[in-house]
Amino acid sequence: MPSHTFVLNGQPVTVEAPDDMPLLWVLRDKLGVTGPKYGCGVGVCRACTSHLDGAEFQPCTVAVKDCAGRQVTTIEGLADGDTLHPVQEAWLACDVAQCGFCQPGQIMTAVDLLRRTPTPTDADIDRIQNICRCGSYPRIREAIKQAAARTA
Amino acid sequence: MSAPGRSDGVDRLIAHSYARPRSRPAPGPGPPGPARPEPSPARRTLPISTPVAPTDAPEDAAAAGAPQTPAAPGAPASPGSRSAEPDSPHPGRRRFLTYLLAAPTLTVAARAGLDAAAPATARAAVRTAAEQSSAPAQLSGLPGIPDVVDLGDALILAGLPTSHLLVLEVTADGRAALHLPRLEVGQGLTTAVAMLVADELDARLADVDVPLSDGRPDLLFNQLTGASNSVRSLYDPVRAAAAAARARLVTAAARRWSLPADSLRTADSAVLAPDGRRAGYGELAAEAAEVAVPAVSAAPKTPGQQRLVGRPTGRIDARDIVTGKAKYAGDLAVPGAVPCVVARPTTLNGTLRSLDASAARAMPGVLGVVRIPTGVAVLAETFDQALKARDALVTTWNPGPVAALSTADIKARLRAAHAPFLVPPLLTRYVDAEFDFAFVNHAPMEVLTAVADVRPGRAELWFAAQTPIVAQQTIAAELGLPQDAVTVHVVRGGGSFGRRLFFDAALEAAQVSRAAGRPVKLMWTRNDDMRHGRMRPASHHRIRATHALGQVLTYEHRAATVATDFRHGLGEALTAAGFNLSVAGLSLAQAFFLLSEKNPYDVGIPTQLLAEIPLEVPTGSWRSVYSGTVRVADEIMMDELARRLGQDPVAFRRARLRGAAARAVLDKAAEAGRWGRPMPPGQAQGIGYHDEHGSRVAYLVELDAADPEQPRVTRAVVAADVGRAVNPRGLEAQLTGALIDGISVVLQAGIHIDHGAVREGSYADFRYARQRQSPPSVEIHLLPPTGSPGGAGELGVPAASAAVANAYARATGTSPRSFPIDF
Repeated sequence: MPSHTFVLNGQPVTVEAPDDMPLLWVLRDKLGVTGPKYGCGVGVCRACTSHLDGAEFQPCTVAVKDCAGRQVTTIEGLADGDTLHPVQEAWLACDVAQCGFCQPGQIMTAVDLLRRTPTPTDADIDRIQNICRCGSYPRIREAIKQAAARTA
Repeated sequence: MSAPGRSDGVDRLIAHSYARPRSRPAPGPGPPGPARPEPSPARRTLPISTPVAPTDAPEDAAAAGAPQTPAAPGAPASPGSRSAEPDSPHPGRRRFLTYLLAAPTLTVAARAGLDAAAPATARAAVRTAAEQSSAPAQLSGLPGIPDVVDLGDALILAGLPTSHLLVLEVTADGRAALHLPRLEVGQGLTTAVAMLVADELDARLADVDVPLSDGRPDLLFNQLTGASNSVRSLYDPVRAAAAAARARLVTAAARRWSLPADSLRTADSAVLAPDGRRAGYGELAAEAAEVAVPAVSAAPKTPGQQRLVGRPTGRIDARDIVTGKAKYAGDLAVPGAVPCVVARPTTLNGTLRSLDASAARAMPGVLGVVRIPTGVAVLAETFDQALKARDALVTTWNPGPVAALSTADIKARLRAAHAPFLVPPLLTRYVDAEFDFAFVNHAPMEVLTAVADVRPGRAELWFAAQTPIVAQQTIAAELGLPQDAVTVHVVRGGGSFGRRLFFDAALEAAQVSRAAGRPVKLMWTRNDDMRHGRMRPASHHRIRATHALGQVLTYEHRAATVATDFRHGLGEALTAAGFNLSVAGLSLAQAFFLLSEKNPYDVGIPTQLLAEIPLEVPTGSWRSVYSGTVRVADEIMMDELARRLGQDPVAFRRARLRGAAARAVLDKAAEAGRWGRPMPPGQAQGIGYHDEHGSRVAYLVELDAADPEQPRVTRAVVAADVGRAVNPRGLEAQLTGALIDGISVVLQAGIHIDHGAVREGSYADFRYARQRQSPPSVEIHLLPPTGSPGGAGELGVPAASAAVANAYARATGTSPRSFPIDF
């Protein structure tokens, strides 16, 4: 079984897994990191969205071998200890979540949007593809704007 | 985990009873005085009546319509100052007994008295009052059955005999835990219940936990999460339990300090003495458990005394969610539970004809292949390996029972199923319209997932269960085990919208675990979920309204739907509530229809009939059930009638809505949304109204269809009156979610059936709305509290859907008849 080493939430990890195993299942089934959720397995719903070298990606469609030597950040690694990331704080302030299942992915997407576009317009936010079946979109929009204002 | 305070082995139990005082006797057939049905035989009870004199306290300001002025957070309430429930225009709906269960720490249970067969009577009284103020000059509409007794009332009645088994415990570490016999799926119930507990206890919200109870067969019909009934059914019992606990904590402190109990106050999870002494609830819990008779009132607060109820509050689990700590069934680390997926037939309800699993079994990580009635299960070390091995199975399938049918065939069958109209269009002018609604998948974000550990003589399951008792019964029967040998742990769900009324994945997981002899974590893929349902049934609606001289004379609505599967305990609950369906000659579906569907307008003589066609496709209640189509068609019809009669859609509705409360909601939406403001070409406003579950709501949306292929709802203004919002912030989330549902199912999200198979396979083609279809501006207005909480989880869907459809029609100058419009 091939072995793969990468940095997960700041810690180096080595895991044995077939080269083509999507990172999502390596995280969930081998490493017990369950923040990234399975919602479709084909990169459509984006519930698993995490960061690879600081940019958003969908671990359900990226093989573990392609993560070797790189920085993987999941929702579990976003906060600095007990200090939440400003986007997480905005999510709390706007009480965004309903069922919560998509929210790790929504937050990781929003963090990357704000990294690329510190003051996103409504049109920028409209480009977010993540599904929220509870329909929390208006609060997601509000939280992104609030986080942008906080970090500006 | 076992629920604390269960009666087993309890050798001493002291009960305290009180009647919630009221200045007029509760009407209804109940026995006089506090009814006290026999608790389980293991209990000995000692009822002690604590009379509390009714006061002449005026109706609290909030209920009277004045701005609500809750006490400052943390402001201590004086136990001596609690007034009896003020004279209310609404007769009290339920009375309570509370029982103190013998337990090492303070544990209190609450029950509703049987005198509360009163919901029907209460509702009827409200209805009468509403009627008096309703005076459109035309034939008065007949009240629908839901005006008198609705589905929620029926379910509350069914749950009454066991509502005393609701358990609140205060532990030595200072935490208060309300063991919730319901499911949290995002509707915010755990937060609302925590607020009720914290408010009554004068506890800090952060000190309150709301764990989900395991399946508890002792609750009979009182562990079904659905029908927007959770807050309606729990509001009184939860408060009664918490108020009783608080009274005992105060009494325990009074004894400890040898002070008069009525000199003590409570705040921030502690009892406070005038001299500054303070005892936290944790340190009083054991002593409070010894209190037989509280020395202060155990009556719940009046609305004016509540300090948390009605205050916008963030979810209690929000931090867990945003940090990824919230655990759903698939995230649980149950020892030894291995990933499992199921290969499923190529058509709905098809069956396996042949299987060659040799290649799959030889693949890395594969731990087993098991045939089950619904398909072929593959177990592996990881889900990736299970999925790949599933792909390597060589299978052929027998066609399912509807393999000859496609969407168009089903539409044709529905059209042929209607009863004829009663009123022939001979002497009057009339408007006829027909509407089609497609199948819609529930598509919760968290796919169905269940962990099962079946061993000889016992089984244990973990999943998001709306009907854990029925699941337990069914799985026990499947496994040949006694019911009490099966434990159902209820796990938070990642959305539901009705899907988790059924426990399809749990039943499969139990079958696989038994066959494989090991614990399994069985997950449906998204494709499984889309292709094998369940779905909101497709429906066809035929409506005829006759009119003369500007008035609607008759209104007939014939709904034909593919049969909805209600086999999740609903029928048993309705029977328990006294609805003898067989005597009434009703099918369960017709009973549901009659208890939920009504026309809120005076439109002459309305009739509504349901015809179902049985079709072996997986269906189920979808958020708002029949109202999600029936009432949407009605609301579109209201716009068309208004147009025909040359009237404004809002004014037309307003003149016909029954009751001032209904008109107030419509007026608020119209005023705040600036109904009638000029809109650019290709854009329009649309309105929709709905009332159900004791609540009412109006949606005004603005829709931009300048590009008719890409309609966008740009703004929504919502006005709602739910009687009393426990958590306005949570309510707003529900109303927003319902708006996105309405946008989705009216404009673009539906399910096709091609030769007995579902065409859609994921969110790529089942086009639930994304951010770009969501309105940038949503404004929600909650009307001041007027009474007890109504239901709200499903309330918004019909009105939101209708508003979107009506706005689309006005923006495009078309009359949409088939939904979703872009299908």
